[in-house]
Amino acid sequence: MKSRAVLRPLAASCRYKHGVLLRRSGIRWASDTWSAGPAQKAGSDSVHFPGALKSKFTSTMRFQNPAEENAMPTYRIMDADGNIVDTTRDPQSASDDEIIQWYRTMLTVSIMDLIAFEAQRQGRFSFYMVSAGEEGIAVGSASALTPEDVCFLQYREQGVLLHRGFTLKEMMSQLFSNKDDNGKGRNMPVHYGSGKHNVHTISSPLATQIPQAAGAAYALKMQRLLNPNVPPRIVACYFGEGAASEGDFHAALNIAATKSCPIVFVCRNNGFAISTASIEQYKGDGIASRGLGYGIDTIRVDGNDIFAVRAVMLEARKRALEGDCKPILVEAMSYRVSHHSTSDDSFAYRAKREVEEWKRRDNPITRLRKWMEKKGIWDEDKEKEARASIRKEVLREFSAAEKVKKPPVRAMFEDVYEELTPETRAHMKELKRIIEKYPKEYSGISEYEGGLKSLEE
Amino acid sequence: MYAGRRLNACSRALKPFLQRRYASQASSEARLNKPIDFKKTAVLHQSQNSARTAYGLSQDAPVDWVNLHGAINASLHHALKSDENVLLFGEDVAFGGVFRCSKGLSDEFGTSRVFNTPLCEQGIVGFAIGCAAEGMKPVAEIQFADYVYPAFDQLVNEAAKFRYREGATGGHCGGLVVRMPCGSVGHGALYHSQSPESLFTHVPGLRVVMPRSPSQAKGLLTASILNSNDPVIFMEPKILYRAAEEFVPRDPYTLPLDKAEVLKQGKDLTVISYGQPLYLCSAAIEALEKEIKGLSIELVDLRAIYPWDRATILESVNKTGRAVVVHESMYNAGVGAEVAASIQEGAFLRLEAPVARVTGWSTHPGLIFEKFNIPDITSKPMPP
Repeated sequence: MKSRAVLRPLAASCRYKHGVLLRRSGIRWASDTWSAGPAQKAGSDSVHFPGALKSKFTSTMRFQNPAEENAMPTYRIMDADGNIVDTTRDPQSASDDEIIQWYRTMLTVSIMDLIAFEAQRQGRFSFYMVSAGEEGIAVGSASALTPEDVCFLQYREQGVLLHRGFTLKEMMSQLFSNKDDNGKGRNMPVHYGSGKHNVHTISSPLATQIPQAAGAAYALKMQRLLNPNVPPRIVACYFGEGAASEGDFHAALNIAATKSCPIVFVCRNNGFAISTASIEQYKGDGIASRGLGYGIDTIRVDGNDIFAVRAVMLEARKRALEGDCKPILVEAMSYRVSHHSTSDDSFAYRAKREVEEWKRRDNPITRLRKWMEKKGIWDEDKEKEARASIRKEVLREFSAAEKVKKPPVRAMFEDVYEELTPETRAHMKELKRIIEKYPKEYSGISEYEGGLKSLEE
Repeated sequence: MYAGRRLNACSRALKPFLQRRYASQASSEARLNKPIDFKKTAVLHQSQNSARTAYGLSQDAPVDWVNLHGAINASLHHALKSDENVLLFGEDVAFGGVFRCSKGLSDEFGTSRVFNTPLCEQGIVGFAIGCAAEGMKPVAEIQFADYVYPAFDQLVNEAAKFRYREGATGGHCGGLVVRMPCGSVGHGALYHSQSPESLFTHVPGLRVVMPRSPSQAKGLLTASILNSNDPVIFMEPKILYRAAEEFVPRDPYTLPLDKAEVLKQGKDLTVISYGQPLYLCSAAIEALEKEIKGLSIELVDLRAIYPWDRATILESVNKTGRAVVVHESMYNAGVGAEVAASIQEGAFLRLEAPVARVTGWSTHPGLIFEKFNIPDITSKPMPP
């Protein structure tokens, strides 16, 4: 609707004094956001209420019952035995070498999980979260992104980081909170971040990243408007189905739609939020059904099918950037094979047999392996060699990271604001004085790079 | 409740006379608690030369007679014009905002830079953090400070900690500014009167700033948007939006976000406050100095609520030996508590009397009791 200027002088008492930087004093102009909606036409069979412009009138009273609707279908390309079932599409759209690399990345996540889980049990670092069963969602979706795209993660997307080039050394540095940690030792283990790879540091409060991701996507859109030389970019935002119950999820999808943000929301629906099964999390048709309510293009995909995840993500990215941009919602279905974290024993709330059936029958690593073996690009020898070499590499980085000094104690005080405040400087000085006065109480300071000296001005 | 909030806000914006009647709380027999005479108070620049002198300008520098919302509008206009990364959004900002602070801006800069968001405070702040994380300078408006709490998690757990947790990745949301009207307005009751600044002062990583006047607001807001690389909570005393008018330099300028300002020199007592109560403090000081010959009271505007300017406050109190802290929000754990504790630590040997606090009582801002709750000229400090 074209905007129409409405000239309406304000009452004299409201007229502003001369000098205030207003476009025109005393006059209010209508703008795009004020354009009047169409009036209800006599005899029309459709609604023109401003709140729902395309609804048709009906004389039949009917409450729409979600239980009577068909559940949204789950898209897949490859079945659980590695057979292609969507023959209308080239399942690969990537070279054999690339696919083998995806497989190795998923294996790396899986093997690292085993080693890190055990290390936490040995008390070598404080916490760990495994992503078993969900490696395909992370790697498949990441393979559809460009290096310039921006990622906001929850905490079970290690595969995204690895695929984008985050190294095992960087991961181990974060887990051990050593001096090479990007986060300078401030975050719990698995809260990775990388400026180089455009992955924002993970934070623990659930769903907070979702509206942030919408805002970041709006920024990317604006920056391209300002400078057409900037390549088209999207934001990929990941969260679990439990986090989707937070108010921030609602906030984000709504504003992403109304502001037409180039973002793909990826929901990992693995059936559990710690001990809470999905049946206690929502009553509707999963998370995907909500996307339509916000006016967001939505698809549900088999999260154990890396080809389907990738194809969906490629298409979602393309659509997000079309025209004036728009958000897309992808719900990737999977099963959390692991405990929630090293602080959780999931057999307290679900049957062990259920987990083992998922492990054995269908998981993203097994499925891709079957496909590769059918295609003849993988075999038992390659599998053994890959597992051995990955394990060796993980253990090497593990051992190296464990020996590295912790960050300087100074890092405890820096980056709260851009600059140190006088108050913080006084606190650093006081901490230094206390450590000097009671050296035996703080003897561990020698493990921190620079020791006590790092607290000097 | 939201419908009531909207109705109340629009009603106030459109019915200035009605508001003026409500705003007048003083009874006809009152001798001390007369309405603030904004045309005479020393807190405002009543003459062109007063403004020029204060901001170090030449005698021919242009100055305009501006109220608070006009000064904020001027600052936003300058920011939007001088930096393409600046965005302004929130509920109802597109048509000019319920207090007219964004009047004319969406017409001039377009609805991709000045726009309405859906009605959701946690969404507004989360969205703004994401914009800032990618290098934009979003100015997010929360329509009333009373409604910032749905965004508390985004501000405290996210905005304040963003740079710290990102560490060496270099990520931060330093371009973020969150503006909100705050403080009593005569008839705002529970949800249009609050002054929650002390809640944000307990959060390392956020700057909290409150201006006292149009010229202060213009400089502080411009600095917050264009110069600061830390997230800023910018609180605007809404009773001053149209009441406080003064001469303001026309050209853009900035003010420091971490410095208090001594408004009046004195040698017997230091009075510390910020925002709207400064006008009451000024009137009270005038009344006292008239009543007690030779009395000389120093008045300090804290301005930077956190990180705050301990050095200026302690210098003043070490000179006078006595201190009173005044604020509208309630007594327990208010800004006055932090200031008083710091004075006790930093000026202990000089103090001639306990630090006094004059604040709102420990209750909610009930509608018809505002006159008895807000500190006024007769308010006496709590006995220790």
